[in-house]
Amino acid sequence: MTALTATFPRAGLARLTEVELRKMVDTRAGFWLLLTIQLLAVGAVTIFLLEAPVDLQDFGDFLAASLLATSFLLPVIGILAVTSEWTQRTGLTTFALVPERERVIAAKVAGAVALALVSVAVCLVCAALGNLIAGGSWATSVGEIGQAALFETLAMLGGFAFGLAFLNSALAIVVVFLVPRILSILSATIPALDKPAEWLEMARAVGPLADPEVVMTGTDWAQLATASGLWIGLFLLVGLWRLRRTELK
Amino acid sequence: MIAVEDLTKRYGSQLAVDAVSFRCEPGTVTGFLGPNGAGKSTTLRMICGLTPPTAGAATVLDTSYRKLSNPGRQVGVLLDASAQHQGRTGREVLAVSARVLGVPPSRVDELLGLVGLSRSAARKRVGAYSLGMRQRLGIAHALLGDPSVLVLDEPANGLDPEGIHWMRGLLRDFADRAGTVLLSSHLLHEVEATADHLIVIGNGRIVAQGAKDELLAASGVIVRGLEPTALHSALAGAGLTATPGADGALLVEADAEAVGRAAALAGVALLELRPADTGGLEQLFLSLTREESLVA
Repeated sequence: MTALTATFPRAGLARLTEVELRKMVDTRAGFWLLLTIQLLAVGAVTIFLLEAPVDLQDFGDFLAASLLATSFLLPVIGILAVTSEWTQRTGLTTFALVPERERVIAAKVAGAVALALVSVAVCLVCAALGNLIAGGSWATSVGEIGQAALFETLAMLGGFAFGLAFLNSALAIVVVFLVPRILSILSATIPALDKPAEWLEMARAVGPLADPEVVMTGTDWAQLATASGLWIGLFLLVGLWRLRRTELK
Repeated sequence: MIAVEDLTKRYGSQLAVDAVSFRCEPGTVTGFLGPNGAGKSTTLRMICGLTPPTAGAATVLDTSYRKLSNPGRQVGVLLDASAQHQGRTGREVLAVSARVLGVPPSRVDELLGLVGLSRSAARKRVGAYSLGMRQRLGIAHALLGDPSVLVLDEPANGLDPEGIHWMRGLLRDFADRAGTVLLSSHLLHEVEATADHLIVIGNGRIVAQGAKDELLAASGVIVRGLEPTALHSALAGAGLTATPGADGALLVEADAEAVGRAAALAGVALLELRPADTGGLEQLFLSLTREESLVA
C-alpha cells in the first residue's frame, strides 16, 4: 500500500513509444501481419527477378518493387494500431493508465513510424539480395533511400490517420483501399478532375517517391505536401478532435 | 478516497446518471449495487476519466483522476475483464502495463501468483480464457501498480464460489490495510459479505446509501405469531406498518422491542422475532429498484 501523498513520475514519451510498438507486434494478428508484409518484400523481389527484363534489374528497381509491395499492407498496421483499442476494447485500460490521450497517440505515431522504417530496412536487404543475384547496377543515393523511408512512412501514416478518424477497423480498412481506387477512376474518366487530382490524389503524389527513374521536382514535392496534408493531416486532426471528446466504453 | 459530487451523464434525452453523490473512505469496501443498466458502469467510467460527465465532478485521492501523474500507481481500475486483446497472452497484458506504470517486471509474476493464474495459463492468449480467468487477470492488472484505491466493475462476474470467496478475502485485506475499495454488482449477495457501505442505484439515481449495518437495521424485523391476523391488528393498533411475507411471517419496519411490546399488550403469542437481515436487504434492494422503474 502506498502513502496517499506519494506522487509517481509518469512514463515518458520514449517509454510509451516502446510500449505502443510492443503492442503492435505482441498479438497474433500483429505478428502475422508484420511477417506477411516482410514476405511481400521477398515475394516482390523474387517475381521481379524472374519476370522483369534483365536490363531493368538494378538495385533501384528491386527497391521500388519491394516498396510498392510492402506499402500495400502497411496502412493496415497503422489502422489496427489505433482501432484495436476500440474493437478489442483495450482502450479502457490504455487510457485509464495514460489519461492524456494525445500522448498515447503521439507514442503510437512514433511506434508506427519505427515499424515503417523497419520495413524500409527489410526492403533494402531484399533489394540488395535480388540485385546480388541479378548483378545489376548498384547506383543509389542517400536521397533515394530517404525517399523510400518517406514513402513507407506516408503509407503507414495514411492508414493511421484513417484509423484515428474512424475508430473502427473494418470501416477504416475499406476506406483506405476503396477511396483511392474510386478517386483514380474518377480522375481518369472525368477530364476536368485530372488537374486537381494531381494535387489531391495520394497515390499519384507518392508515386514519384518510389520511382527510381523520376527525380522529384519542386512541383512534385508541393503536390505531395497538399495530398498528404489532406489525407494524413486533415484526418489526423479530425481524429484527434474526436479522441478528445469520445467516450471509452 | 473517492468523492463523487452531483455526477450526471445525459445521453440525448436519457439521463443515465442523475446527480449522484457519495464518498468512499480509506479502510472501507463500498458496494455499488443496482440492476443492469442502472448507471453503475457509467458512473465508474466517469470517476476514471474515460467518460466525460455532463455535470458534476469526481475526485480520487483529492484530485481529478485525469490529473494524477501516473494514475495506475494510485488507483487500480478494472472496468471490464473482457476488454482485453484476444490475441495477447495474459502475461504480456501485465508485462506491457508494468512498463507503462514503471514497476519492475518481477511484479508480473508476483501478481500472477497472487491471483492464482498458473504459468501455463499466463502463456495462453486471453481469447482462450474463461470469464473467471479474465477476472483474475483483471484483478492482477488492477493491483499491479500497488494502488491505494480500487475501482472494480462487476469483478465477481464469472467467478466460481471459490473465486468469489477468494476475492472477498483479498478485498477485505486490501481495505484493512487502509485501502479504499469501490466495487459494483447487480447481485446483492456478491457484495453483502464484503462491503461495509452500500450504495443502491436505480435508473441513474441513488435510492439508498449508508453503512451496511444501518441499512440492514432500517429494513426492520421479521415476526411470526400463532394467530397471524390477531398479530397483524395488534401491530396496526400500535401504529406499526407490517407487510405480509411468506408462511404467515410479517415484515415490520420497527425494532424488535416495539414489536414485542405490541404483541405482549395484545396477548398474542410469538413464534419468531428476528432482524430481517439478508432477506430484508434483498427486499430493500428489490423494492427500491422496482419503485424506481415504476416511477420511470
